[in-house]
Amino acid sequence: MNIFEQLAYFFHYDFVIYALIVGVLISLCCAILGVTLVLKKYSMIGDGLSHIAFGSMTIAMVLAIADVYLMLPVTVVVAILLIRLTNSGKVKNDSAIAMLSVGALGLGYLIVSLFSSSANISGDICSTLFGSTSILTLSTLDVWTCLALTVFVLGFFILFHNKIFAVTFDETFAKATGVKTAVYNNIIAIIIGITIVLAMKLVGSLLISALIVFPAVSAIRLFKSYKLVIIFASIIGVVNSVLGILLSMLWGSPVGATIVAIDVVVYFVCWFVEIIIRETKRV
Amino acid sequence: MILSAKKLSIGYSDGIVCKDINFCVNKGDFLCIIGENGTGKSTLIKTILGLNKSIKGEIRFSEDYDAQRVGYLPQISEMQKDFPATVKEVVMSGFVGNKKWKLFFNKAEKKLAQDYMRNIGIADLQKKSFRELSGGQQQRVLLTRALCSTDNLLVLDEPTNGLDAKFTKSFYSLLKNLNKQGITIIMVSHNIEKVTEISSHILCLKKDGCFFGTSAEYVESENAQTVSGGAQ
Repeated sequence: MNIFEQLAYFFHYDFVIYALIVGVLISLCCAILGVTLVLKKYSMIGDGLSHIAFGSMTIAMVLAIADVYLMLPVTVVVAILLIRLTNSGKVKNDSAIAMLSVGALGLGYLIVSLFSSSANISGDICSTLFGSTSILTLSTLDVWTCLALTVFVLGFFILFHNKIFAVTFDETFAKATGVKTAVYNNIIAIIIGITIVLAMKLVGSLLISALIVFPAVSAIRLFKSYKLVIIFASIIGVVNSVLGILLSMLWGSPVGATIVAIDVVVYFVCWFVEIIIRETKRV
Repeated sequence: MILSAKKLSIGYSDGIVCKDINFCVNKGDFLCIIGENGTGKSTLIKTILGLNKSIKGEIRFSEDYDAQRVGYLPQISEMQKDFPATVKEVVMSGFVGNKKWKLFFNKAEKKLAQDYMRNIGIADLQKKSFRELSGGQQQRVLLTRALCSTDNLLVLDEPTNGLDAKFTKSFYSLLKNLNKQGITIIMVSHNIEKVTEISSHILCLKKDGCFFGTSAEYVESENAQTVSGGAQ
């Protein structure tokens, strides 16, 4: 079989279609959010939250309840608190986030090893950290949840584009002119929390930051307008994820790692293009 | 009168930074706030803007003036220096606070922004990226944004910080022009000599009693102090 026949064969299966749909939706949300997070220097918050999500998931595993019921509220609450504390300057954010994320990771692993009744602990851990199989076992409910989230994120960022720009570019100014900055920060924190919990299925908790950070930093290299950066970050995010999912099926490689590898390559390509543009302008 | 403060104490939860501040700002005034480091100049600005609560007393805006219609030019943060945004996007963001439930800009606002950009002399930069501009140009862009968010009151926090002498001079003459066009200005500055030339009133924050009066009165009182200081 050539590559195209092979791909056509894959598309007979529902789970492949579901994986692609969810992949596109999740990477779209991550990329859009990523621009705001990267520009506000909040990239590490995304990373910390993904570890928190992992920690709370291990507790859910031990308690034998559906993980989403614990992960979602815990991650969202921590997201709101982190952004609020960082803004008020009460927390020196880099060390605080490093402690929080590595603490949650370590405790999570400890909890699972001590209390889990599962026969294959390292398999469970590996799949939550690196998302190796969960993307291929999605239910229709997962697909609908992701669709609902994406509609909400897109709607929010399109309708409130100007306000979000003002709050991201200069929060003090926005606040002084009467924008309710706390409301926007909280909504963004809630969206981050939900997105991270859903993204765990796609790439696992260790690699989520890649979906958030890479499309944004790649687009920032190439474009000088905020609007264009958001649009191209979304395109880059979606294209990379689709490519990653398809290649991982062809090669039999882990989905998350393949997507991240493509993200890295695309970032360096963008960097290279930026240098070429700069040099040709100089000449 | 636009705003006034009587027996105002400013500071944060861990203590008072400056107390017994009295001043008022009338329409068309150019008030400069001066004082040594740590006397609370930036804190006072934040209190005027409602970003920081006063400890005692309050700043009262006249009834026909909406406190949220103040144009603010903050000090540039490190973050903004590499932010991908066009000059136009930054300028237009000045309109965002004006109406709570209006999400997009209308034609009148777009035209107004063009007028302001021409007035400040940055119209030809509007498609450029904010991060590619020089410090002086960035400051002009932020000044234009401040104009978009106000009808007639500008609050500037050390706008010439980090600018060279040439830019400082042209920036001050720009402010002087805006003031002549009827815009009231409140500005924090280090540059005491230059400030007495362009401002109409001076508020000097000191630990032991603040000075408030016209620029001429301030120069006079300073001279008197130097003379009496020399006599001792």
